[in-house]
Amino acid sequence: MGVWIMAGVTFREAARKRVLWMALAAGLAFLALFGTGLHFQMKDFASRDISLAIRVGARNAMLVAGLYAVDLLTVVMTVLTSVDTLSGEIASGTIHAVATKPIHRWQLLLGKWLGFIAMLAAYIVLMVGGTAAVAYFISGAEVHHLVRGMLLIWMESALLLSVTLLCGTSLSTLTNGVVVLGFHGLAFIGGWIEQAGALTHTPRAVTVGIVASLIMPSETLWRRAVSEMQSPLLSAIAMSPFSNASVPSLAMVVYAAVYLLAALGLAMYRFGRRDL
Amino acid sequence: MRKTFGQKLAVRSLTLEVPRGEVFGFLGPNGAGKSTSVKMLLGLVSPTGGEATALGAPAGEVNVRRRMGFLPEHFRFYDWLSAEELLRLHGRLYGMSRSRLSERVPILLDLVGLTPHRDKRLRDFSKGMLQRIGLAQALLNDPELIFLDEPTSGLDPVGRRLVRDIIKDQRRRGTTVFLNSHLLGEVEITCDRVAFIKHGEVLETRELHGALDGATTVSLRVGNLSTQAASGLAQWTSSSHVEGDRVTLGVASTAVVPEIVRYLVGQRIDVYEVTPQRLSLEELFLQIVGEDGGL
Repeated sequence: MGVWIMAGVTFREAARKRVLWMALAAGLAFLALFGTGLHFQMKDFASRDISLAIRVGARNAMLVAGLYAVDLLTVVMTVLTSVDTLSGEIASGTIHAVATKPIHRWQLLLGKWLGFIAMLAAYIVLMVGGTAAVAYFISGAEVHHLVRGMLLIWMESALLLSVTLLCGTSLSTLTNGVVVLGFHGLAFIGGWIEQAGALTHTPRAVTVGIVASLIMPSETLWRRAVSEMQSPLLSAIAMSPFSNASVPSLAMVVYAAVYLLAALGLAMYRFGRRDL
Repeated sequence: MRKTFGQKLAVRSLTLEVPRGEVFGFLGPNGAGKSTSVKMLLGLVSPTGGEATALGAPAGEVNVRRRMGFLPEHFRFYDWLSAEELLRLHGRLYGMSRSRLSERVPILLDLVGLTPHRDKRLRDFSKGMLQRIGLAQALLNDPELIFLDEPTSGLDPVGRRLVRDIIKDQRRRGTTVFLNSHLLGEVEITCDRVAFIKHGEVLETRELHGALDGATTVSLRVGNLSTQAASGLAQWTSSSHVEGDRVTLGVASTAVVPEIVRYLVGQRIDVYEVTPQRLSLEELFLQIVGEDGGL
């Protein structure tokens, strides 16, 4: 019961954060820009004699770039909305009134996690769904596996959230934000090295990328998501910078799930033992 | 109990017993380890050594917290909640049913004088109002044991009076109250017993509302006090000061006062006045803890 009470209050608290509304505003501005750009591109294509293959490739590239921007916004928002939920409430003393109630600390943390995850789910559905809808109605571009893509981006978000909460059990707000975004940056660079390595057939570069993904498997989930959302044909002909020359395997997704659960479990354990 | 944070010693060795139904004052200078001790008793901080029990269970145990209340020193909560929403949320965390909450919440809002502000958001509350709503959430579950950490902090005289009345009411109900306060005047009025703590150790505990017992000062007005008779007083006194016909004696207990009078009369000294003087809590505090406040 305590878990759901905490989830509810955390959802409402997160939904009131300015950063969420700023991210939503940025997202809507992005959708408007994306839709306008796509509209003019399609209009331009129609007035000129452009081959179908190039048209399809270009609109797919636009769609993927749009989804990529949404993913980036989601990553930043995940970290920024949750980064001070533990350290901030410990510093302000807000946590004392809750942690002295008949509720286990792990329930408190799990409740917070669930509250954030619900808020992030709503954000992802709105933004990924919005991008897909804009792309479809303006250019006719279809997202191949929309739900799978959303779930993978949600999982990426959940993973970052778990790591943020884990670091929040011992680090200050600012340090926590720097560490988590730093690790995500490492995963991001690793992903690009892996891609480039695969395109140029450089096995050692691929290995470096895989190691980076093992250290922080957040970016790998995005790369899997983008491969699920693109049609296999378009992905294979490498028309976009996200054309997954090296698609993360299902084993990597399972690894990320285990990583996520381990981070969450460890966060609950550490929060249960720390002094407040 | 003992607590260290890395190299820093917060509580050296705290040994304490508070019987049920007592209003207990926990006094000490800044940095004496009072807050850390309370946090250990509430399970917010785990002791480095030793153990404590509260209401018959290990301190901080989840189920026993159902029967406890706590007002933190600076009560804060999500400021978008209204006073009533805050109480309902905390009540649900205590596991209270909706019907019980519908009964308790108006009573508590009324008790702390916030009924007219029940729908106001906490962000619009003054510091004193926050303290009042914090007090209400600590009383929601009719606790058997309540910890109040500086409950009058931020309160005006009306608010302080309210806290005193609430503590008195809790005493009548048989609730054990553990009061952490700097305001010695408040403690003197409300507490049955106090402990003085310094450097994480209890220096002394003292009953406050019993008969005039314990160490005190006795002031006498006497005539013709001889040097020999004055030196004979040393057997009952730890200190003595003679100025004209006024003699001030430090005694271990007021129980020795009749013996002193009998002795003086036996020595044919004229006794005009004998006044046992209770030290104010502030004087006692300075005497026990020291003027340096433990710095």
